[in-house]
Amino acid sequence: MVAKFELTDDSVVVVIGTGAGGGVLSNELAQKGVKVVALEAGGRYLPEDYINDEWESFGQLAWTDPRTTSGDWRVAKDFSGLPAWIVKAVGGTTTHWAGASIRFQEHEWKALTSYGPVDGANLLDWPIDAAEMAPWYEKAEAKLGVTRTGDRAGLPGNNNFKVFEKGARALGYKEVHTGRMAINSADYDDRMACQQTGFCFQGCKWGAKWSAAYTDIPRGEATGNLEVRDHAHVARILHDDSGKVTGVEYFDKDGNLQMQKARIVCVAGNSFESPRLLLNSASSMFPNGLANSSDQVGRNYMRHTTGSVYAVFDKPVRMWRGTTMAGIVQDEARHDPSRGFVGGYELETLSLGLPFMAAFLNPGGWGRSFTTALDSYETMAGMWIVGEDMPQATNRVTLSDVKDQWGLPVANVNFSDHPNDIAMRNHAYKQGQAIYEAVGATRTFPTPPYPSTHNLGTNRMSEKPEDGVVNKWGQTHDIANLFVSDGSQFTTGAAENPTLTIVALAIRQADHIASEMAAGSI
Amino acid sequence: MSKIERQGLTRRALLARVVSTGALAVTGVGFIAAPDAAWALEVTTITEHQMATLLQMARDIYPHDKVGDQFYAVAVKGYDAEDKKALVEEGVAALDAAAQAAGHADYVSMGWEEDRVKILQAMEDAPFFQTVRGGLVTGLYNQKEVWPIFGYEGESFSKGGYIERGFNDINWL
Ligand SMILES: Cc1cc2nc3c(=O)[nH]c(=O)nc-3n(C[C@H](O)[C@H](O)[C@H](O)COP(=O)(O)OP(=O)(O)OC[C@H]3O[C@@H](n4cnc5c(N)ncnc54)[C@H](O)[C@@H]3O)c2cc1C
Ligand code: SF4
Repeated sequence: MVAKFELTDDSVVVVIGTGAGGGVLSNELAQKGVKVVALEAGGRYLPEDYINDEWESFGQLAWTDPRTTSGDWRVAKDFSGLPAWIVKAVGGTTTHWAGASIRFQEHEWKALTSYGPVDGANLLDWPIDAAEMAPWYEKAEAKLGVTRTGDRAGLPGNNNFKVFEKGARALGYKEVHTGRMAINSADYDDRMACQQTGFCFQGCKWGAKWSAAYTDIPRGEATGNLEVRDHAHVARILHDDSGKVTGVEYFDKDGNLQMQKARIVCVAGNSFESPRLLLNSASSMFPNGLANSSDQVGRNYMRHTTGSVYAVFDKPVRMWRGTTMAGIVQDEARHDPSRGFVGGYELETLSLGLPFMAAFLNPGGWGRSFTTALDSYETMAGMWIVGEDMPQATNRVTLSDVKDQWGLPVANVNFSDHPNDIAMRNHAYKQGQAIYEAVGATRTFPTPPYPSTHNLGTNRMSEKPEDGVVNKWGQTHDIANLFVSDGSQFTTGAAENPTLTIVALAIRQADHIASEMAAGSI
Repeated sequence: MSKIERQGLTRRALLARVVSTGALAVTGVGFIAAPDAAWALEVTTITEHQMATLLQMARDIYPHDKVGDQFYAVAVKGYDAEDKKALVEEGVAALDAAAQAAGHADYVSMGWEEDRVKILQAMEDAPFFQTVRGGLVTGLYNQKEVWPIFGYEGESFSKGGYIERGFNDINWL
């Protein structure tokens, strides 16, 4: 049943990348009868292949092709070649992701209007709003099987959650629960319930967590309308003299350059690779890269204001047991400038295994202050901060002088915190530490951000062509048959983990593309 | 019991000790070993003194009193290699020079961790220190055998996860 399309077939939609955006889009189009060729740089791995071992799993799934960094963020110093922790595999980063799935709040769709202009920030309203997105969110929640939405029950709380919940309640927080998670609390949609193995970041071996790798991808293939080519690294998007895109060039499994024709091209390589590809596709007609008349391709890179708080207690917690991120405090997600910053943040439980804890607790740290923390690993609890960061024009992806294995310039990621980001992080550290102190923590650790897991904004959505790269459908302002379908479309980041929104946008975009194709307008 | 003795970690001293206990057969290559011969680490490219210094340095960078020397030895044994030789030679010489300037025979014979740490702090930005420290992050903490010492349980899928093995068994809150 799996389709096979000719390289010369110019009736297909080519989707680049098969993660949250591209994987879902491919399946949704295929379900509607649209022929799709999905090109994925990584290989195919299924639950039986996933490894309950942090570094081994990282070696199996993570994107480790070269990237470079600049700016004053600490990641550029501690992990200069690894600005992001994301996946190169069929299913993209939905293999690694923890499953936290929450909707944007209404005011966050209109950040500029809600917060007013902020010095040094490039805030903008999305050209869509909560009412427009509500039905798409509902579809996305049903697809992902998000707990605490529809009639799906919440997950049970693990040890890490219990400590977090008790502390949060002691501080008076009200919106505290085990999260809205794309992890089954009961069997759902042919996937089993969570077995509390605690390796959500390494790919769920039970399939209890939603991932495009074993849901949307095989279901799309089963329609006979979707062909997924793995180990297919897209190098360039091609266009004709009229400025319409005509196909893509990619390196196949054997390293040979192939050309796939296309009626429509959708870019979904995550927020470093998508702008990189548009920039690497520059031509005499588009010397600054495709879809870049606004000069916004690559700009406004956002990664959420993050950080973690770990704490040690005088008794065991064993935080690694059970779901990695099933716990949330939402009280600080509101917009309340009296705290000294605009926008808000979520606090979510988080646990790392010992090997990752050693690498990320205090990168570069050593000596007794560091090792006594790890000595208390068994009595440790942990949480993650995820808050809205400010888009800035100078936080951007550009082409580096370094080249990858294909001879293509890699992405350089320049990032510096905005003062609003710093104020928010410091507030969150304080609250996080207070939560743990309220339940008797003997020591707390305000831990710096990891390489980015949330990467957003580098092809942002805008009402006006001069403010951004794509319109409200993710269609590029400049080229009618070129779309962006991943997190790089985000106009602003909101306080919430992004994937539910990426998926909702992809479902909506598939609907739009299919009807425009049927109408013959693209 | 597996603690390396700081003094006299020369080839001759070690040989003498091992021979006297008869616990280890030595075949003419260099090695360093635990005094109780619980484990030994062969060196073929760098010197025993250099390896012993690396081992001490590893302990001083990431001191865990409950983690035996053998785990640190595993973490640094990769430095006994042709392409690491120059780095190690230079780095150990720098450590020893700093120790001598502070009135000690060499780095490994400094009795207090505190004093050794001061020397390390002064060379914290040097490539030698950064390489050794960076390598230890995975070299030490990614050894499955050390995980139980920290209480970490590792792989859990084959045991059916924690759903029936204490994911929510906290009892002191
Ligand atoms: C450890 C971790 C935990 C996370 N937890 C959460 C969470 O709890 N909740 C949440 O909402 N989000 C979470 N995320 C983030 C989430 O995974 C991402 O937001 C989401 O997967 C991004 O979707 P995407 O489509 O933009 O890109 P991805 O899912 O990264 O997919 C991009 C794909 O494109 C491929 N690709 C790139 N360039 C090319 C090219 N040139 N040619 C061919 N293929 C290419 C890549 O190999 C990749 O497979 C987490 C991420 C990580 C790493
Ligand atoms: S804890 Fe649950 S969701 Fe996470 S990997 Fe295990 S079974 Fe999957």
